[in-house]
This record gives sequence, C-alpha cells and structure tokens, in this order.
Amino acid sequence: MKKGWIIALGITAVIFIIGFIIVSWGVSRYNSFVGLNEGVNQAWSQVENVYQRRADLVPNLVATVKGVANFEKETYTAVTEARAKVGQIKITGDQLGDAQAFQKFQQAQDGLSSALSRLLVVSENYPQLKANENFLQLQAQLEGTENRITVERQKFTQVVQEYNIAIKRFPSAIIANFSGFKEKQYFKAQEGAAQAPKVQF
Amino acid sequence: MKKLIFFFLIPVLFLNAQIEFPVLKNYANDFTNTLDNSELNILNSALKRFDDSTSNQIIFLMIASLNGYSLEDYTYQTATRNKIGSAKNNNGVLFFVAKDDRQMRIEVGYGLEGSLPDALTNSILRNEVRPYFKQGDYYTGISAGLNAIIAATRGEYKGEPKGDGGKGGGFPFIFIIIAIIIISSIFRKGGGGGGGLLPWIILGSLGGRGGGWGGSGGFGGGSGGFGGFSGGGGSFGGGGSSGSW
Repeated sequence: MKKGWIIALGITAVIFIIGFIIVSWGVSRYNSFVGLNEGVNQAWSQVENVYQRRADLVPNLVATVKGVANFEKETYTAVTEARAKVGQIKITGDQLGDAQAFQKFQQAQDGLSSALSRLLVVSENYPQLKANENFLQLQAQLEGTENRITVERQKFTQVVQEYNIAIKRFPSAIIANFSGFKEKQYFKAQEGAAQAPKVQF
Repeated sequence: MKKLIFFFLIPVLFLNAQIEFPVLKNYANDFTNTLDNSELNILNSALKRFDDSTSNQIIFLMIASLNGYSLEDYTYQTATRNKIGSAKNNNGVLFFVAKDDRQMRIEVGYGLEGSLPDALTNSILRNEVRPYFKQGDYYTGISAGLNAIIAATRGEYKGEPKGDGGKGGGFPFIFIIIAIIIISSIFRKGGGGGGGLLPWIILGSLGGRGGGWGGSGGFGGGSGGFGGFSGGGGSFGGGGSSGSW
C-alpha cells in the first residue's frame, strides 16, 4: 500500500517536471517568436517610410518637369497615375502574411519605380532640366530614396527569412502553429529588373 | 545617361562577385597612395578632433577601382561593417572615392540624414569636390568636401568625453611618437625588408584600439596613425548621394 503511494507520487512528480520543462520551452520559443515578429514589423515600417518618402517627392518632381516647355506629357501622367495607385494600397504589419495583398503592394510600387525611371531617362533629353538646380536636387533626392528602398527592402527580407525559418523549424513549428505565427511574405526580385530599361530616342 | 542605366541595374549587380570590404583603421584612408603622409595626417587629425568634440564620425576612403561592383552597395557595406558612428546616434558619414572609376559617394548614417540630406550631399559633390577633382587636385577637393560635411553636421550631437587617451597622458605620448618616427626613418634608411612595418605595429599597440592587422591587406597607404579610428556601432540606411567627375 505504502509502496504504491510512493510510485504514484514519483510518477506524478516526473510528469510534472516533464510538463514544466515542455511548458517553459514553449514559453521561451513563443517569446522568441514575439521578438522576431516585432523585428519584422519594425523593418516593415522602415520600408513603408522610404516608400512614402518617394511618394512625397513625386508631386514636386512632376511640377518641375511640367514647367519645362513641351515635356512629354505621357511620361509624367504615367508617374502621377502610378503614384495614385501606390497611395491606395497600404499593408499593415498584420497583413504581411497575405500573399495576394503583398503582391499587389509590390506591383504598385514597382509600377511607380518604372514610371519614375522612365521619367528620369526622358528628362536627359531636356538640357534645361540638367541646368535646373531644383530639378538636380529632386533627382538627387529621388536617387537617394531609391537607394534607401533597396537597403530597407534587403533588411526587411533578411529579418522575414529569419522569422520564417524560426517558425517552420521542427519542433518549434508546433508552438508557432499553436499560437498563430504564420509565414510572412517578402520582396521577390522585380520581373524584368534584370534587363536594363530600353531607351528610345 | 550611363549613370542612370547603372542606377537601375543595382539589383543585378548585387548578385555578382564576392568582394572584400576594407577594414578601416584611420579616419582618412587612402589605398591609392595619392595623398602624401602629411596630407593624410592633417585630414586624420581634423576628423579625429571633430569626432572627439561632436561624436560624429566622418571617415574618408579612397580606393583605386570598384572593378564593376555597385558603388552604392560597396559604400553601404563598408560603412556598415566598419560600424561608423555611434550605436546611439547613428551619426557616421563615409566619404568615398574610387579614383580610377571617377566615382564618388557620400554615405550618410541614419542619425545625420536630417543635417545632411541627399540634396546637400549631392551639391557638396557637385560644387565643392568635382571642380578640384576635374583639375586633378585631389587633396583640395577632398578637404573641401570634408569641410562641407563637417560644417553641415556640426552641432547635431554633442561629444561625450572618451575614457581612453586623457589629457594627462598626452605629452609623453607625443614623445614616444617622435621617437618611433625617428626609429622608423632609421629603419627605412637601413633598407631592411619589412622594417617599415615595425613602427606601425608598435604604434598600433600603443593606440590600444582594434586588433588584427590581417584581413584587408591594403594598408599600403600607411597614414600617420595615432589614435586610429574605431567604429561605434552606427547603422546606415542607404542615405546620401553619388557623383562622378
């Protein structure tokens, strides 16, 4: 009778200890996911910042080239339209798991990228612009912003990959599944980015 | 035109070539032997003084060629890896020149983007540096560029006194340096094979900063080196602008 008691107590203790280890492991995994998730959100807000910065430059840029006599109208209207599209599509940190929304976002931003690059290429044909200090400054800001976008996108992609690996790795994946951490999207290389833009004179 | 195409090719260029990024030991680094030692010393001490008084770290680097590597990525990586600027303020700047490519760039850390916006860095390159570079007067162009950067970033942050190298130790330290310079000149006259390196090693150990002389292998410039540069953990976000001459 007494022996049985001791065995039962021992088993309970062992189960309790194992349970405790599993729970504390789960909690530490969970906390690390929270940290990684926060890192992704932070990197994302940086990406949004630099995209916003670019969008803010567009009105000034368009106004400047409009001021030049007979500047190609299609070029700057394309930029204005792409800018409007970009303004409509926003993604919050919570939507980063949504592949479709993310693709739409990237498409809109890439659309603005190519419209802007066309505008800059076309502007090379207007010597008045090259002598215009205001335009040169805007161009410098735009180039700087494009470069920031490249950098922040890279940083973002890095942290998302880290996060994705962490939540997919077994056995942590169980905890991730259980607590609702989902895979997040990141930037894919732009289609056609590998080709230099075609320039027609 | 060429520059523009280049600019939109950046994503492609990221893929190619493993390249080594230099480990910077000084405030002014010239791997092309364009500047002589006294010029480098002047730049070095001016930049060090600026760091001591404002905590803004402005670093100058000149290399021969990027060998086709992307300028923007090179300066970003070099600035990030050398941790220019402090971790708290991210107040680092890298002024970079690729001499044979005739390309240059000012890379600005997050914390100085306010006082050194892209348009300003662009106009520094175009209006202060380029005219001199076009005449082949590198030193004047470089110091004009650095002066403009210093003028723009002065007053942004306040320097915090650093632990090492207190004023009390200054006097004997100078004596040691003079002695080392004399010794090094004797060594050089002696014509011994690797004699030139020894004084720098002594200097390096005296400076007491950053170990490891290996790595970059590009120490050829041999700038005057007391109180070399060591990064404070600043980070960069691709701000700044590029130019050519």
